[in-house]
Amino acid sequence: MADFVSGFWNAYVIGLVALSLLFCLFILLSNNKRETGPVELHGHVWDEDLAEYNNPLPRWWLYLFWITLLFSVVYLVLYPGFGNFKGVLGWSSVDLQYKTEQALAEQKYGPIFAKYRDMDVAALAADPQARAMGKRLFVTYCSQCHGSDAGGGKGFPKLSDAAWNWGGDPETIKATITHGRMGAMIPFGATLGPDGVKDAANYVRSLSGLAHDSLRAQRGAELFQQNCAACHGADAKGTPAMGAVNLTDGDWLWGSSERVISETISKGRMNRMPGFGEFLGEDKVHLLAAYVWSLSNTPAQ
Amino acid sequence: MQSQATYNYQVVRQFAIMTVVWGIVGMLVGVIIAAQLVWPALNLSDLGEWFHFGRLRPLHTNAVIFAFGGCALFATSYFVVQRTCHTTLFAPRLAAFTFWGWQLTIVLAAITLPMGYTSGKEYAELEWPVDILITLVWVSYAIVFFGTIAKRKVSHIYVANWFFGGFILTVALLHLVNSAAVPVSVWKSYSAYAGAQDAMVQWWYGHNAVGFFLTAGFLGMMYYFVPKQAGRPVYSYRLSVVHFWALIFTYMWAGPHHLHYTALPDWTQSVGMVFSLILLAPSWGGMINGIMTLSGAWHKLRTDPILKFLIVSLSFYGMSTFEGPMMSIKTVNALSHYTDWTVGHVHSGALGWVAMISIGSIYYLLPRMYGKTEMYSVKLITTHFWVATVGIVLYIASMWIAGVMQGLMWRATNPDGTLAYSFIESVKASYPFWTIRFAGGVLFLSGMLIMFYNMVKTIAGEKAYNAPVIAPAAAHA
Repeated sequence: MADFVSGFWNAYVIGLVALSLLFCLFILLSNNKRETGPVELHGHVWDEDLAEYNNPLPRWWLYLFWITLLFSVVYLVLYPGFGNFKGVLGWSSVDLQYKTEQALAEQKYGPIFAKYRDMDVAALAADPQARAMGKRLFVTYCSQCHGSDAGGGKGFPKLSDAAWNWGGDPETIKATITHGRMGAMIPFGATLGPDGVKDAANYVRSLSGLAHDSLRAQRGAELFQQNCAACHGADAKGTPAMGAVNLTDGDWLWGSSERVISETISKGRMNRMPGFGEFLGEDKVHLLAAYVWSLSNTPAQ
Repeated sequence: MQSQATYNYQVVRQFAIMTVVWGIVGMLVGVIIAAQLVWPALNLSDLGEWFHFGRLRPLHTNAVIFAFGGCALFATSYFVVQRTCHTTLFAPRLAAFTFWGWQLTIVLAAITLPMGYTSGKEYAELEWPVDILITLVWVSYAIVFFGTIAKRKVSHIYVANWFFGGFILTVALLHLVNSAAVPVSVWKSYSAYAGAQDAMVQWWYGHNAVGFFLTAGFLGMMYYFVPKQAGRPVYSYRLSVVHFWALIFTYMWAGPHHLHYTALPDWTQSVGMVFSLILLAPSWGGMINGIMTLSGAWHKLRTDPILKFLIVSLSFYGMSTFEGPMMSIKTVNALSHYTDWTVGHVHSGALGWVAMISIGSIYYLLPRMYGKTEMYSVKLITTHFWVATVGIVLYIASMWIAGVMQGLMWRATNPDGTLAYSFIESVKASYPFWTIRFAGGVLFLSGMLIMFYNMVKTIAGEKAYNAPVIAPAAAHA
């Protein structure tokens, strides 16, 4: 793909680059004289005593300048630089270097991952080497959000416990990693009003035995059945198929204080995990899923 | 003809004093953010977001570059242009405006940056109302400077003024082009450019801020104060001509080396890299001219701490302008980019070159603002020199080691091709070096405090003095 919208810019770039190189050449050549005899002052005096000798350019410095100029010309012949001219090596950062290195890496490392393809997740979790590879993948690709110890953070699920928002069986974990997840809770602030939000929040807190205002919780129970049960279920145990979380297990994605729960209810929440399937490939996802699964399951030895 | 007029030292004096003050402020913020990296609790998150690293870091860079460096450049250029043109400043009221306008800009930066008002462009973070103020100050600066050149009493323009002039013109151009933005409210605007082009414009600005603000301007300083303090003629007029033109012509191209291996087109990266390499010789031209000016007077280095500052600054200049072209080579850059090596490189230029030459020049200039030729204590200048030098060495050496270590850790892989280290492991491994860097910063800041004390003692009880304008030497008549 051409980098320029028209031939003019191509010529413009070539012209400017050439002009700049020629300019350096010109000032070097026009100051190359080497007088013999004693060096004299240049003949002007400023501010009482400021004067200048007119020593010739140091030779070693001149050679240094010439070498860099020569290097530049050679480099611009070999590599892209003069406008649309691609350079005689035909090198490019994406089409050549990146893609070649990717292909080589695939060739070299692909088989290492492929050999675990047919082992099931429970078996992989019991294999120390496979688990170590899964852990390294996790630390590279997942720790930014879920933490190095998979302990999660506000808005980022903890993966080392038994609570799962979308389901914790091997196949579901794999699906989550491959395609990513989009979790959305719609805001209820307008529907419930400030008081209603507070009531609902108190009810939600009561579900896992947290301190609450029982009168508000009572009113909240009714609001819950009308507004929240559709997704979170009448028993508030959640609907993993749509990522609606269990509200009774004491595991909190955004926090359990009345203030945070009220914020969640009134403003809603939007959560997105990107899919890694295309980027990592099936084999790596397989190992990764086994590692994540192993964090909350003890594989049979 | 003996003139009764006196040079306009008022504005020089003001800028010189503020150089020291803003130097302390800017470096203090630098020491604070260095400490935050070692002790994250110092981000003071409980008090709010105002003291976070992300808010204070631009305050540090703006304060040291534009407040400390800027005041030093204003002070020295106003001093040098008057004395080497043998005339008073053109439009003295406008010169006074540049002082107050620049101080206002700095104060606005110190308020808006911690509050989070930023255009998000490195070294050009200030939002559009402040940008307009900067433009007004800068145009006034150009009028005063070039107006003074126009009414000079000597035919030849002294070399220091070429560099100051080149710096003033280019910074005006850079600021106008890069800060072009569409305002959406008083404190929010969006860049006039998009995507890779925006990035390229930003780093065309960014690297030329280094090349012109932090190099050409300070070379102007060098060309006056080094020969003056050494009492020797400049080494080579011819060399100054060649390296001046080569420098200003080549620097313009170097920006893309900040964007190696990004979405920037390959041709732009190549061109940026080769011109960065070509820059080596023109940069060293300035160093050679400065250091060789001292040949025949090397013994002065033993007793004169101001000369120590000036010559060591040139050594650091030579070192960082060698390091820079090397780091612009794509293969080297693949290791050094995004690591602390870059931070070390910048500080070998900023502390070693920019700060040292400014400090030396201010030590020369300040007593002359009060009719004296020497600071209150020459011994304290020597102390300042050693404290600052040790500080820089600690800073640069620790960042070199940390940077190379980070680069190697990030690229290390296991036999299965996965990364050997997580990012946080490289952070953990950097802590000892960040602690050493913090110590180096504390030393450098202490040096500035010594300078402040020396300055106060020099000024105390003295009357401001404006030297009479000197008639040009006979050679010019």
